[in-house]
Amino acid sequence: MTKTILSVALGLTVAGLLASTASAATLDDVKAKGFIQCGVSQGLPGFSNPDDQGNWTGVDVDVCRAMAAAVFGDASKVKYTPLSAKERFTALQSGEIDVLSRNTTWTMTRDTALGLNFAGVNYYDGQGFMVRKSLGVASALELSGASVCTNTGTTTELNVADYFRANKMEYEIVAFEKSDEVVAAYDAGRCDVYTTDQSGLYANRLKLTNPDEHVVLPEIISKEPLGPVVRQGDDQWFNLAKWSLNAMINAEELGVTSENVDEMANSDNPEIKRLLGKEGEFGAAIGVSNDWAYQIVKQVGNYGESFERNIGVNTPLEIKRGLNQLWSKGGILYAPPIR
Amino acid sequence: MANSTSSSAAETAFVRSDMVPSQAPPASEVGVIGWMRKNLFSSIPYTILTLFSLYLIWLVVPPLLEFGLFNAVWSGSDREACTTAAQGGIQSDGWVGACWPYIGSYLNQFIYGRYPIDQYWRVNAVFALFAVGLVPVLIPRVPYKGLNVLYLFGVFPVASFILLTGGNITLDGFLLPDAIMAPSFVKFIIDYLVLTAVVCLIGYAIARGTEAPVAPMIRNILIAMGVLLVILLLFATNFGLESVTTDQWGGLLVTLVIAVTGIVASLPIGIVLALGRRSQLPAVRLLSVVFIEFWRGVPLITVLFMSSVMLPLFLPEGVSFDKLLRALIGVALFAAAYMAEVVRGGIQALPKGQYEGAMAVGLSYWQMMQFIILPQALKLVIPGIVGSFIALFKDTTLVLIIGLFDFLGMIQSSYSDPTWASPVQSLTGYLFAALVYWAFCFAMSRYSLYMESRLDTSRR
Repeated sequence: MTKTILSVALGLTVAGLLASTASAATLDDVKAKGFIQCGVSQGLPGFSNPDDQGNWTGVDVDVCRAMAAAVFGDASKVKYTPLSAKERFTALQSGEIDVLSRNTTWTMTRDTALGLNFAGVNYYDGQGFMVRKSLGVASALELSGASVCTNTGTTTELNVADYFRANKMEYEIVAFEKSDEVVAAYDAGRCDVYTTDQSGLYANRLKLTNPDEHVVLPEIISKEPLGPVVRQGDDQWFNLAKWSLNAMINAEELGVTSENVDEMANSDNPEIKRLLGKEGEFGAAIGVSNDWAYQIVKQVGNYGESFERNIGVNTPLEIKRGLNQLWSKGGILYAPPIR
Repeated sequence: MANSTSSSAAETAFVRSDMVPSQAPPASEVGVIGWMRKNLFSSIPYTILTLFSLYLIWLVVPPLLEFGLFNAVWSGSDREACTTAAQGGIQSDGWVGACWPYIGSYLNQFIYGRYPIDQYWRVNAVFALFAVGLVPVLIPRVPYKGLNVLYLFGVFPVASFILLTGGNITLDGFLLPDAIMAPSFVKFIIDYLVLTAVVCLIGYAIARGTEAPVAPMIRNILIAMGVLLVILLLFATNFGLESVTTDQWGGLLVTLVIAVTGIVASLPIGIVLALGRRSQLPAVRLLSVVFIEFWRGVPLITVLFMSSVMLPLFLPEGVSFDKLLRALIGVALFAAAYMAEVVRGGIQALPKGQYEGAMAVGLSYWQMMQFIILPQALKLVIPGIVGSFIALFKDTTLVLIIGLFDFLGMIQSSYSDPTWASPVQSLTGYLFAALVYWAFCFAMSRYSLYMESRLDTSRR
C-alpha cells in the first residue's frame, strides 16, 4: 500500500513536471487557461479577506477582478492563492501566481533586485500609532519611555526603531507573531502603544474592548505605498496590470461609475469616450478588447466605489479617503491619462 | 449426645449459642462519606492535595462555563450581536461571552475550506466512505477483516482521490524526454512499459543477490505494476466530476487528509525502518539510521518551509507541484522516522528467546517477524504508537505556515472578516478549535486504551 501511494505520488509528480511546457507570455498563458491566478493575503480585512461563503473581497481583490474583466470581460474569472508574507515573492517568481495583489509595499529592493515590477499604487498607507486616550498623549513625540506592541519580523518593527532613535526617545518593544496576539496584548494593557500600518490600526480597532477609549496619533512615520506586483520582463502583462488600475482611477476622476457607465458610454466627453473604448484602439494596445475599461467599471466599479465598498466610512473599518483621495480633491491619487 | 452439648453450652455462658446479627457498617465507612474519607481525605497530605485540586477546578471551570455557555450568544447575523454598546453592538458594557453564531456561519468553511459549495457532497461522500471502512475495522467482533482492510487501504484511497480532485488527470508520459516523442497517451504506455522492465530488472538483481527465488519476485512486481496501472487509468478516467484543485481544499478536510495519510503511511514505513535499523546488512542499517536521524534531526516546520519556499526556486518557471502533496510527503516521512524508533523500542524489548525459538522451529526471517516478533513488539508499544498518531494529528496545524488552510488555519483566516470582528471572536474560535481537536485526540486515546486491555489478556 505504502509502495502504491509513493509510486503514485512519484508518478504524478514526474508526470506533472514533464507535462508543463516552458511558459510563454503571461497574457497568452492566462487566456489559454481561462482565469487569472491572483496572490492575495491570508486575510487582511478590507484588502483581501474571504467572507463566510468563501468569496474573496477587498480593494486588493478588486485589482485582480479588474484585470480579469479587462482580459475576459468577466471579473469572476480569478482564482485566489492566499500567501503568507514570506511566500509571496517566491510564488510570483516561480509562476505559481500571475499577479500579486497583497498589500505589498513598493520599495526599491523589491522593484529592482527581486525581479518584480510594481504596477502602481492602489492604497497609500503609512505606519501609525494608537494609544489610550487616558494617556493624554497628543503627538508621537511625547511617547518617550513607552512600551510598543508590534508584529515580529516586519518593517513595522524597524520603522519604530528608526523613528525613536531619530527622535532620541527611549522605548521598549513588545513583539508578537500574529496580529490578534498584538491586539489582545495591547487591549490587556501590556503596552502603551500599538503600531502597525494605519489601515491595520483601523481594522484591529474593531477587536478592542472599548474602541472609543483609543485614539490614532496624527504622525505617520513611514511611507507604505501598496500596490499590485507582476514579474519583471513581461511588459505586456505589466502594462495590463498598470492600466487596469489606472482605468479604475481615471473612471472615478471622470465620474464614471458602475451604475452610470452605460449612459456615460454615449457621452460626448472625448476622455470618457477614449476610456470606454468608443474612440481609439487602446484595448488592442494592451492585448485585450477595446471595451476593457467599460467591463472593469461595469463589473468592478471605479476606484472610489471599490474603496467605499470595502474599507470606506460605511464599512466596519470606517477608513477615510485621506491620501487616497483623487489629486483633484486633496489626495495624491493620480493616474496618467488614456490617450 | 445432643443433650449433653446443649447443657454444657447452657452452663458455659460465654459460648454463644447463635450468630451475631450482622450490623450495618459505620456511617464513616460507606456511602459518599466513606468513599470520600477513603479516597479524598485519608491523611493530611491527601486532604491538602484534594483541597488544592478542588481550588484549581474552581479557578478554571466556572469561568469557562460562564464564557462558553451562560454568557454566550447563540443567535445573530453580524458583529452587533457579539459586541458591547461601546464596541458598537447590543450587549451591555463589560459583557464577555462566546459568539457561537459566528462559528455557525463559518462552520461550512471550517469543515470544507474553500471547496466549491455545490460540490460539498463529494467531501461528504468521502467522509461517509471512510466511516463505513473504519468502524468495522475498529470493532473486533465484526467478521471479514481482510476484505475490510483491503477496502480501507485499497479501494477507499483511490475512490477518495477521484472524488476529491475530480480525477481526469492527463497521462502523457513521464520518462522519455519530449524530444524523442511528443507527450501523448501512447508515450505514457511506452514509458510505463519501460519503467516496468527496469523495475523487473532491479527485482531480478535483488533476487539473484539474496539468493531468493526469481520467479515469485518477478510475478509480484508484475502484479504490483499492473495494479498501479489500473489505478492510474482510473485516475485518468473522466467521471464527469468538476476538477477541484487542492488549493481550494481546507478546514477539517485538509486536517484529516494529512493526518490519515500520515498515520497510514508512517506505520508501515516506520516498521520497515525499524527492521532496517536492526538489520545485519550494513548498507540497509546505515541507510535506515541516516534516514531516521535526518528526519528526527530537522524540525517539521523546516521540512514544510523547505518544501514550500525553497523547492519552487529549484524548479523551472511555470512548474509547480502540488503544495498539499509536498506537505503530505513531508509529514509522512517525518512521522515515519519517529514511528521507526517507537517500533524499535518494542522489538528490542522482546527477550532473545523469542528469536531463538522462532528460528529453532525453522521460520524464515520474514515469517519470524510476521508471526512471532512484530505482533508482540507492536502490542508492547501501542501507547507509543498512538502517542505518535496524536502528535501527528496535532502537528498538522503547522501546514498553515506554508499557506495550506487546515482546520485551525481556516479558523484563524476567518478572524479577518470585519463582519464578525469583535474582541471575543478569536477567543470563541480558539475555544471551538480546542474542543474539536480534543474530541479527536481523546477518541484515539480511549480506543488505544481499549485495544491495550483487549490484547493484554495473556499478561494479566
